[in-house]
Amino acid sequence: MSNPILTITNLTKRFGGVSAVSKIDLEVMPKETLAIIGPNGAGKTTFYNMVSGRMQPTEGKIMLDGKDITGLPPHKISRLGVSRSFQLNNIFPEMTVQENVEVVLSAYHGHSRKLFNIASRNTGIQTEAVEYLKRLGIDELKGQRAEVISYGDKRLLEIAMVLAIRPKLVLLDEPTAGMTPDETRRTTRLIKALAESGDYTFLITEHDMDVVFDLADRILVMHRGENLFAGTPEEVKNHPEVRTAYLGEEEDEPVEEANT
Amino acid sequence: MKSKILMAILALVIAGLIAVPWIASYFYVFIFTEILILGLFAASFNLIFGYTGMLSFGHAAFFGVGSYATALVLIHLQWPFLACLLVSMGASALLALVIGFLSVRLNEVYFAMLTLAFGMMVFAIAYQWRSVTNGSDGLAGFSLGSFGLGLDLTLGNPSVYYHVVLGIVAIASIVLYVICRSSFGMILKAIRQNPERVSFAGLNVRTYRLVAFVIAGTFAGLAGGLIAPFLRVASPELLHWSMSAEPVLMAILGGTGYFLGPFVGSAVFVLLETWITSFTESWMLVLGIILALMVIFFRKGLLGTLIDWWMEVKK
Repeated sequence: MSNPILTITNLTKRFGGVSAVSKIDLEVMPKETLAIIGPNGAGKTTFYNMVSGRMQPTEGKIMLDGKDITGLPPHKISRLGVSRSFQLNNIFPEMTVQENVEVVLSAYHGHSRKLFNIASRNTGIQTEAVEYLKRLGIDELKGQRAEVISYGDKRLLEIAMVLAIRPKLVLLDEPTAGMTPDETRRTTRLIKALAESGDYTFLITEHDMDVVFDLADRILVMHRGENLFAGTPEEVKNHPEVRTAYLGEEEDEPVEEANT
Repeated sequence: MKSKILMAILALVIAGLIAVPWIASYFYVFIFTEILILGLFAASFNLIFGYTGMLSFGHAAFFGVGSYATALVLIHLQWPFLACLLVSMGASALLALVIGFLSVRLNEVYFAMLTLAFGMMVFAIAYQWRSVTNGSDGLAGFSLGSFGLGLDLTLGNPSVYYHVVLGIVAIASIVLYVICRSSFGMILKAIRQNPERVSFAGLNVRTYRLVAFVIAGTFAGLAGGLIAPFLRVASPELLHWSMSAEPVLMAILGGTGYFLGPFVGSAVFVLLETWITSFTESWMLVLGIILALMVIFFRKGLLGTLIDWWMEVKK
């Protein structure tokens, strides 16, 4: 049995007196796909923000591959191998689709420190960028300005950028949110293929239960910042508390504090 | 085809610039010297503004310090001009490192205000530190000796000085241009559009902003080193916050999205100032109206608008 890639203990984030995330313990094994579900305001994005370095935890510890990354800034955590997408598209709108990936690859390969090369003649990085676009099935869009492509394609582009830094752990924040049913099916299929390739470990938050049950090896159910239940998709489906808290009628929930 | 025509136009402009002393009066030799120096100043500013997205209101600090550095070296050490310029660049780079280190951690309006504040401090020092800077009168009474590199140039001759400025500005522009087109330059553009995504790609955005700030300060210092012998004085006005506004205006006038935009802006700025002040005192009013029109109707600046229009017509 290998060691967990991510070990989280007692992770807590309080805003004033309100706990957005409370005492979460979690282990993620290499190459598994773990889905985090829960209603709006359950603390999923806050959880991501702490793991990716966007927010400092109030308490608790985050270990990546045995290394303590708690409270490190985003660029350091990204360098160590955690890469994330956002609920709102987070790309470079005025660049071409291909350049979007090139930027990330330049950062990954350390070309970003080169002041006197000509970026547009960096064929190695260009070829690699197209490879990543192909993997997400959007290589035919490579010459388009990123702001003009469809919403769903933008989300796929962001996933290509997330993968381009060769992460040990990929955090996807509602990858299919706002997509048409067709786009959702296509995206689910792509993520499933990536997961099955055995190259990636995925954490995925998602509202679409079909997507969750299709992709997840394991599911963590969050409710009001707490770990309500964790188990296999089958167990989650049959868990009475989970059914009432999430799969059933939604209660009035506070608005997620940190969606943006 | 189109890019070939653009290259031909550029070649024509460069040929015209080289020929200025032979085809125009001394008056225009001076005007074009000023356009080139301020163009380099504005282009250095645009590296952080147009490319990286940081609006600095303190860029004159580096321009002014560059001019004082060259003036001081000429007065006290009489080094060759090329050495003076290197001292100017070094002094400005060092100052930019200090100001940048303290400023780049802030964003948008806070960054702008902090650079403005530091610019004012540098102005105050130049104004008050009489024993070194000669206070409000500034440093004058220096003259250029040799150029350096064994070149025999009569720098006191305005035409010769113009050609020296043209050569140095051209080399500096090529270096700046290469930086803009490099992988580093691509990261700067990415930072302007989405700093968060850049840091989640594993880069320390602050470091990149600082490096850009220091490069911009260094080239502003070079422009300052060129302006002191041209004006024959290094005075506190060169450091004043109103001087920091000039590269902002020039970049916007010419177009921040194009490398040559600030040079076009500098030319428009200096020529309009020259022509308009010859028949009215209210040059600032005219400039204000033009700027307002540019910002409202021609966001891409003069160069950007012309290129867009030409691309449409030539389709």
